[in-house]
Amino acid sequence: MLADKDRIFTNIYGLQDKSVAGAKSRGLWDGTKKILEMTPEAICEVVKKSGLRGRGGAGFATGLKWTFMPKEVKDRPHYLVVNADESEPGTCKDREIMRNDPHHLIEGCLIACYAMRAHTAYIYVRGEFVREREALQAAIDECYEKKLIGKDNVHGWDFDCFVHHGAGAYICGEETALLESFEGKKGMPRMKPPFPANMGIYGCPTTVNNVESIAVVPTIMRRGPEWFASFGRPNNTGTKLFQISGHVNTPCVVEESLSIPMKELIEKYAGGVRGGWDNLLAVIPGGASCPMIPKSVCDEVLMDFDSLKAVNSSLGTAAVIVMDKSTDLVKTIARYAYFYKHESCGQCTPCREGTGWMWRVMKRLETGDARVEEIDQLWDVGKQCEGHTICGLGDAAPWPIQGLIRHFRPELERRIAERQSQKVAAE
Amino acid sequence: MPTRKLIIDGQEIEADDNLTLLQACESTGAEIPRFCYHERLSVAGNCRMCLVEWVGAPKPQASCALQVRDIFPNKDGTPAKINTNSPIARKAREGVMEFLLINHPLDCPICDQGGECDLQDQAMGYGRAAFNRFHEQKRAVEEKYMGPLVKTVMTRCIQCTRCIRFATEVAGVPDLGATGRGEDMEITTYLEKAFASELSGNIVDLCPVGALTSKPYTFTARPWELRHTDSVDVMDAQGCAIRIDSRGPQVMRVLPRLNEDVNEEWIGDKTRHACDGLLRQRLDRPYIRKSGKLQPATWSEAFAAIAAKLATTVPEKMAAIVGDLAAAEEIKALKDLMAALGVKNIDCRQDGAKLGGARQSYLFNTTIAGVEAADAILIVGANPRWEAPVLNARIRKAWLASGVKIAGIGVTMDQTYPVTDLGAGTDMLEQIAAGTHAFAQILRDAKRPMLILGTSAISRADGAAILKLAAKIAADTGMIGPAGSAAEGGWNGFNVLHTAASRVAALDLGFVPGEAGRDVAAIVDGAQKGEIEFIYSLGADEFDVGHLGRAFVVYQGSHGDAGAHNADVILPGAAYTEKEGLYVNFEGRVQPAHRAVFPPGEAKEDWTILRALSDVLGKRLPYDTLDALRAALVADAPHFADHHELVPHGGASATDWAAVGAAGPLDTSRPLGSTMTDFYLTNPIARASATMAECSREFVAGSAKMAAE
Repeated sequence: MLADKDRIFTNIYGLQDKSVAGAKSRGLWDGTKKILEMTPEAICEVVKKSGLRGRGGAGFATGLKWTFMPKEVKDRPHYLVVNADESEPGTCKDREIMRNDPHHLIEGCLIACYAMRAHTAYIYVRGEFVREREALQAAIDECYEKKLIGKDNVHGWDFDCFVHHGAGAYICGEETALLESFEGKKGMPRMKPPFPANMGIYGCPTTVNNVESIAVVPTIMRRGPEWFASFGRPNNTGTKLFQISGHVNTPCVVEESLSIPMKELIEKYAGGVRGGWDNLLAVIPGGASCPMIPKSVCDEVLMDFDSLKAVNSSLGTAAVIVMDKSTDLVKTIARYAYFYKHESCGQCTPCREGTGWMWRVMKRLETGDARVEEIDQLWDVGKQCEGHTICGLGDAAPWPIQGLIRHFRPELERRIAERQSQKVAAE
Repeated sequence: MPTRKLIIDGQEIEADDNLTLLQACESTGAEIPRFCYHERLSVAGNCRMCLVEWVGAPKPQASCALQVRDIFPNKDGTPAKINTNSPIARKAREGVMEFLLINHPLDCPICDQGGECDLQDQAMGYGRAAFNRFHEQKRAVEEKYMGPLVKTVMTRCIQCTRCIRFATEVAGVPDLGATGRGEDMEITTYLEKAFASELSGNIVDLCPVGALTSKPYTFTARPWELRHTDSVDVMDAQGCAIRIDSRGPQVMRVLPRLNEDVNEEWIGDKTRHACDGLLRQRLDRPYIRKSGKLQPATWSEAFAAIAAKLATTVPEKMAAIVGDLAAAEEIKALKDLMAALGVKNIDCRQDGAKLGGARQSYLFNTTIAGVEAADAILIVGANPRWEAPVLNARIRKAWLASGVKIAGIGVTMDQTYPVTDLGAGTDMLEQIAAGTHAFAQILRDAKRPMLILGTSAISRADGAAILKLAAKIAADTGMIGPAGSAAEGGWNGFNVLHTAASRVAALDLGFVPGEAGRDVAAIVDGAQKGEIEFIYSLGADEFDVGHLGRAFVVYQGSHGDAGAHNADVILPGAAYTEKEGLYVNFEGRVQPAHRAVFPPGEAKEDWTILRALSDVLGKRLPYDTLDALRAALVADAPHFADHHELVPHGGASATDWAAVGAAGPLDTSRPLGSTMTDFYLTNPIARASATMAECSREFVAGSAKMAAE
């Protein structure tokens, strides 16, 4: 269990003072100037060494991403964009940071901007997050007031931080769709290449990072990469905010070390599965787009990138959705399929047409009103959608369905057979 | 140009870094299917049909969106391997095709796109035959209203967004957009208003499926029934390359043809949709006016009536006027006939434009393609958007690419690119000519400045003085560079924007008043005073035909328009789709029009009418065949031998430019501006067209109403 002294987010529940003074009392804004005395390269090196992987879902090495930015600022300024469009169903960590512990994020923005030679950070906050935006804005205003950021601030690196409020579309969490939306256009993902590090907002070099990825940076800088890397397993290091929801006794957001066994995480922090561990049916380990894993896998699996990948799922945002035996899994996944159909931007053919198709088949599978061959067909349609689109939504949409078919195919077949027998009986 | 090696389908090539992978693949002969990709539009990369396999990459790649420069070699340094037809690529495309088809209606038998549909064609290659596993309801999408020219069947739409990109990028009228997202995404015009662009018909060509089809052409013909004739357009003076599709005796539709130098692949709506006018109001037999009424007659009766009148008229009281749609052949024949009769009162400038003389003084010297190189443009008294919509798209393209500075004197309409409004007064022209206006400095500072002079500006009483000022601006601001066109390294930025297709050819042939001859205004004036007793009108409908007094008027033309109503003898001629003819566009480019159908009834090709008439008059013209006539044309003006090519015109010396126009007082009370009041109704064919009438109601009268509100 992670010791309290090793927690990065010390006010994640908002029980303490959220102001600059409060943040300072918890060790924030401490020695920031000294950190900024390092070279940008050295900061990137520290982040790289800490093994920090992006906390937004894809798990790309944060330090490495920063080094993709041009080494010199030429005619185009550099920008940092923080992705606070937290829309993945089940995920609720960034909002806690923004609401209760925003100074981690703001200080992180300053350090990250310095490391990438940017003077401006934009925080793109999800449209539905009104209170979060207000809290964050208040914190930023206070930082300006105290000269912690802004022009001629006490840290000696001119830095502006702006909050941009989205309009509420899941796809705007995709980094290039976010940039489009930020520029005032329709939130439709851009083609890559060019990558944002080369052509981001307004055609300028831009790095897009998740809120949590940025927010952990100041502590890493202060306590050293070795400290951060001491948690978890190699390639899966550090602490992470886990969000446990669903059929648990005490749903919560909690910071823990990566690679904590899933069972331990659920039992220790979430009060266990409703009705006991044996009442567990399946878990979606990282938010809606991650394929579900059945109880048999949950028994042993560790909560980190690699071990979840090994069981055909992924860590995603570490939003653990627990489902006990009362759950109608097919209905759940049908609802997810509807979500993806609803949130597809409509740009690429496979996703636009495929998500609707999959949802409709799922809808029929819910009542068993289908043929057994259609299960394979659904799998195939998913594969046809996956990997053929501009952005990852086309990839992610079939994953929950694949998870269902992979582990609960007998349930699907049972429903079809049952429905069939009902029909026969009716005749 | 940096290049890199690629192995495409086993064939190693050296590809230019700036190409897209799709282009590189095509250079090896590989065929890449596509829906959203179009050479002249921005890359959307959304249809996913052009997926190819990059060996080693985790996913198939959209070749339209991937630039060659972004393809890195394999780890061992060997060139990247691209497979365009491997099982992976095929499977990916088959999947995309299936997705496209699941919500596409199976209505090919009743779809106008059938037979020339990209989706149909590519489904032959990538559709999975007899394999249908989509058991849900197909999507239905509400129709949208896009105006009188574009018919929509939006259920067929595959959301490729070509139409949106065309409207936004090329047409510059961002009326089209997509609403909704995911499978609910729909292409629509803003609040269901018509797509108000003169280039709207092009979205029908761009649409890869039958979602946008031509409204006037709806359900009239199938593509395989049509005979295609390559020709050239006469609706404006740009000479856009067109393909005339005809069935039997009827022109069914007009489509653009590729010509990079002239129209790329766009045409205006008038060019495309005025063809129904070829069926209406046609003159299909000769007429003679008897007791004040036009009576049907035979050709010999008509010729005899003309001969009888001419026998009693002296040449000084005869006149001839060439209309706007005449081909060079009949202009030449008419000129020769008039010369044989000793007539000096000949003119081709119905509008009274003060043009003539040195060739570069009345051409669009910069050339259409040359516009893209311009870095400052002054438009005087013209409305390019209406007078030459495809040229206007070129100006917009230049503006998009380079942000060329454009200013206008008397340019009132939105030109789809920003035009600095310098007012409409002639004094502004004087200021620029004097070099005192700020824009004169911009022109002087520009490397390749351009002046576009509308014919409206030089058709006024003070037109010659305006022409002189324009020539002075051109000479003073460095618009006249070394000899030759932009393509040859020279620059000539003096441009007259003609609107009549026949005009440049007629000026080339010198169809202007001889010594002491009368121009059109003087002919009309003379006719009213009884000084002109005989007028031969070669399809001239655009001047004051109602006030020709008691003059005997022969009208030779294709349509029963204003000119014919006031004629004493009507000789039925051929429209541009019905004859072999040479047209010279405003750049001075000679282009042949070809016969797609025969003239109706007893109507004849125009030069043969003049040739036959000359026989009756005892002044037999010395050519019996079209070839002999064209040889005579070339003897008159050698550039008529070079079809499609631009003849490099000689550099103009300062004295040449000083001789252009004539000094005189300017009419300061009358503002400059285009006199074209209705884009859709500028010639007899367009005026006979029901489609054009509807467009005029919708777009011209409609907008007037809105302005009043």
